[in-house]
Amino acid sequence: MSTITETQAGIPTGTFAADTVHSTLSFEVPYAVATFRGEVPRFEAKLEDGRLTGAAQISSITVKEENLEAHLLSPEFFDADRHPVVSFAGDLERTGETAVRVTGEVTIKGITRPAVLEGTIVGPAVDHFGATRVGLELTTVIDRTAFGMTWNMPLPNGQPALGNDVTLTAHLTLVAQEA
Amino acid sequence: MRVLAISGSLRRDSWNTALLRALAEEAPSGVEVVLWDGLKSIPAYDQDDDGPPGPLDVESLRALVREADAVFFATPEYNSSIPGALKNALDWASRPLSTNAFRSKPVAVISSSAGAFGGVWAAAELRKVLGAMGARVTDVELAVGHAAEKFDDAGHLADDDVRETLRDSLATLLAEVDPVAAAA
Repeated sequence: MSTITETQAGIPTGTFAADTVHSTLSFEVPYAVATFRGEVPRFEAKLEDGRLTGAAQISSITVKEENLEAHLLSPEFFDADRHPVVSFAGDLERTGETAVRVTGEVTIKGITRPAVLEGTIVGPAVDHFGATRVGLELTTVIDRTAFGMTWNMPLPNGQPALGNDVTLTAHLTLVAQEA
Repeated sequence: MRVLAISGSLRRDSWNTALLRALAEEAPSGVEVVLWDGLKSIPAYDQDDDGPPGPLDVESLRALVREADAVFFATPEYNSSIPGALKNALDWASRPLSTNAFRSKPVAVISSSAGAFGGVWAAAELRKVLGAMGARVTDVELAVGHAAEKFDDAGHLADDDVRETLRDSLATLLAEVDPVAAAA
């Protein structure tokens, strides 16, 4: 229990790796009149002394329609053949009691841009098996056109069907690794 | 390296087909441009007939695309869009979408017409269709307008500027086949 007290005001030290069963990487983007959502289930993430890194296999992208997945993996979107990995690296800082910010860079389709993730931290806390866990919920908004994804189609009213601002969200459960 | 050349026109004296013949003449050594002549034998798309396997002529097209390193299109413009026969052939070729022969395949699109604009709208439509199929659509742009003035009486391309642009277009397409090697 002393661990929790000591790190409450700061950032957990040591190495934590994502328990991907209990973690989710998702995206949402305005489409037509609503919001379209999907996930990238195959990824790994690590927090090492406040440095958060992650990499996702974009071929695992999951939406509710097979043909749409095929379109998302094609050169018009992620071009997964040439750019199979989407990645992030940044430094975690506390900005409030549970509020955190991660300032770093995201790489999509081979293009690297600055990104600031905002969110919350829970823990570290010891789980029912004795492992120390940290929970992070982080979100950021990127402009997909800055990453070479400019596809669109006009709606009957002339407006584009697909929004440019994509919200990326990571719900991470990170488990302390043996030293 | 093999480039499959597909003309959107069936007409015997088609300018678009003639442009692709000129493209073959301008191909550098080591690059074979193969003109596909099977468009007329592709039946109307019907999912009920798409096996697998699909009709023989469709499977032949799918195999040719799969075996080619890149595909070079030349299309006329019918009613501000691409010919129905060409769209139909692509609809066959695009199935099933997630594994179709055009996925990530580098493609180039040029066009030609009797009018001043050279089929530029058809070319845009064709790029859209190929993009939706998952092809790697290159930045090649060549719209040959007033086509009748660009060919001699034997149907041979007689315009050096167009020939030069054809060479450049082919180079742009081939650079996408292996961009790592091209950059080296």
